[in-house]
Amino acid sequence: MNLLTAQAPGRVPRSGKGLALGIWRFMLVALVLALSIGFTQVAVAQADPDREMTTAAPGITAEQWRQVRSGETGPNYRDSRFDSNYSLINSSGETWREIRNRWVSPFGLIAVFGMAALIALFYFIVGRKELEAPRTGRLLLRWTLMKRALHWTVATLFIILALTGMTLLFGKFVFRPLFGDGIWAWMIAATKVLHNYLGPIFGILLVILLVSLIKENIPKKHDWVWFKKGGGMIGKKHVDAGFANGGEKAWYWILATVGILVIASGFVLDFPNFNQSRDTMQWANIIHAVGALGLTAISLGHIYIGTLGTEGALEGMTTGYVDETWAKEHHNLWYDEVKDQTLSEEEVAARKSSGGSSEPSATRTS
Amino acid sequence: MAQMKFMCDAERCIECNGCVTACKNANDVEWGIQRRRVVTLNDGEANEMSISVACMHCDDAPCMAVCPTDCFYKTDDGIVLHDKDLCIGCGYCLYACPFGAPQFPQQDAFGERGKMDKCTFCAGGPAESKEEEYEKYGSNRIAEGKLPLCAEMCSTKALLAGDAQDVADIFRQRVVHRGHKDGAWSNNPQASADNLAYDAAHKG
Ligand code: HEM
Ligand code: SF4
Ligand code: SF4
Repeated sequence: MNLLTAQAPGRVPRSGKGLALGIWRFMLVALVLALSIGFTQVAVAQADPDREMTTAAPGITAEQWRQVRSGETGPNYRDSRFDSNYSLINSSGETWREIRNRWVSPFGLIAVFGMAALIALFYFIVGRKELEAPRTGRLLLRWTLMKRALHWTVATLFIILALTGMTLLFGKFVFRPLFGDGIWAWMIAATKVLHNYLGPIFGILLVILLVSLIKENIPKKHDWVWFKKGGGMIGKKHVDAGFANGGEKAWYWILATVGILVIASGFVLDFPNFNQSRDTMQWANIIHAVGALGLTAISLGHIYIGTLGTEGALEGMTTGYVDETWAKEHHNLWYDEVKDQTLSEEEVAARKSSGGSSEPSATRTS
Repeated sequence: MAQMKFMCDAERCIECNGCVTACKNANDVEWGIQRRRVVTLNDGEANEMSISVACMHCDDAPCMAVCPTDCFYKTDDGIVLHDKDLCIGCGYCLYACPFGAPQFPQQDAFGERGKMDKCTFCAGGPAESKEEEYEKYGSNRIAEGKLPLCAEMCSTKALLAGDAQDVADIFRQRVVHRGHKDGAWSNNPQASADNLAYDAAHKG
């Protein structure tokens, strides 16, 4: 339009040629007018959100939201981070957080401290299980030096792992306010290093221990009766037991199942160099924490029975030898098999000074 | 008090990675770590869209909730920062974070990852001196009254940073002018509860 009006002044049509030019000029103006009306109409249309919605490039569709939530990446997914294998949104992260913080953490604490409270209650009400008959002074070899060493190494590592593991889960609520950041920083760093380096050693040793004890821990019919009679823990009921009683076998099989699960998940957590996905780590962490806290709770029972709870049990695992009376009362079927192998205290002392590890084992499979 | 937020307008982001580079430059980030990344969905298809992602400085931050050392804290401006002296590199924050923001200089056997690093909203972190702060966390532009460099440098102004209310206002205005009812972030069934963009689009 401006172009045309700029041309117009001072130009007057003079001839037929001029007339033709005038018609051309009119048509041009009409065309421009028509076009500009068209343009205006487009502009009006642009202001209408509903029409715009139908013509614009689509926004994010429900399908894309589904894609993002499910974490699937697909062949046309790009991430500019050089080694990233992450989806856009890690939607399982919040689930993991909820499971860990809302369920595993409080209920784990309840399991461990609840167990400790129950045991304390049991001790005060029922008390220690003493030997009924006097000791004979004749001893039986129960644990060879090799097995004792293995047991105490595994036990020590277990306690360290349980304490450091629980510090990872609960330490921030207790030690940070208690000690302040300086000590807490040092403490939690040491905790992680201990846990992550001792864990695999524990794992390997526990497997060796389990293999070396499997013969004594095959379940038998009398173990079932042992359980039905409550292991003879309360009162003076007589219960049959071989080298390992029903309760010990149960602890063995808990370690052989849950323990292996804890070790396996621990290895997954401990070796991120294999590029496990975040989801794998989340599952491994939940399995690991639930299993480990369960084991910790149950281990308190094992520790109680092996020390405070039963007269004469601890000496078996420290010296290797148990009294004949103890064997008769707690493991009668084993006693029946090995009663001809009793030794006097002097004989035991002599054996030990001549190198204890070559002792013939008095353990049997029953 | 301000509540600092990022927001990326997916209708504007052209996947130029300027924000990624700006961040690297502003914070002198360690080799191998990239605090910001650009994700493109359906690259080359009609519904292609890109978005720049880093730590979103969550209100109820999952990283904070799961950290065994409790090394995260929130500044008065709602920025989520962490103390590298306390971090043990366990990786939990990464497992929990919705945006894959926490990163580690290494990823070795026995869970050896080094200290976690993530976007600080250009607000530095806890340190004795300015030099130490820069060394550990990068620049503290917030202390200088500036916004994060990634958003400042964004060529299309797709990436916005600032107080949640201001960001929402800008985005709402855009949405209105665009004529799109839902703006860039439409059709999210979850949005009404927690999505800034969705709220922005619907308040206007
Ligand atoms: C092979 C054996 C084990 C390995 C390799 C292992 C490894 C790990 C790893 C890598 C973590 C993550 C923490 C971090 O990276 O800083 C962890 C956490 C933990 N571990 Fe173990 N562990 C083992 C055995 C045990 C045992 C025997 C217990 C307890 C009796 C235990 C209790 C825990 C607990 C409670 C946590 C914390 C879970 C949480 O914070 O959510 N672990 N373990
Ligand atoms: S690191 Fe992840 S979880 Fe933590 S505030 Fe940033 S975006 Fe949220
Ligand atoms: S890696 Fe560091 S910041 Fe992340 S959860 Fe572990 S200790 Fe906390």
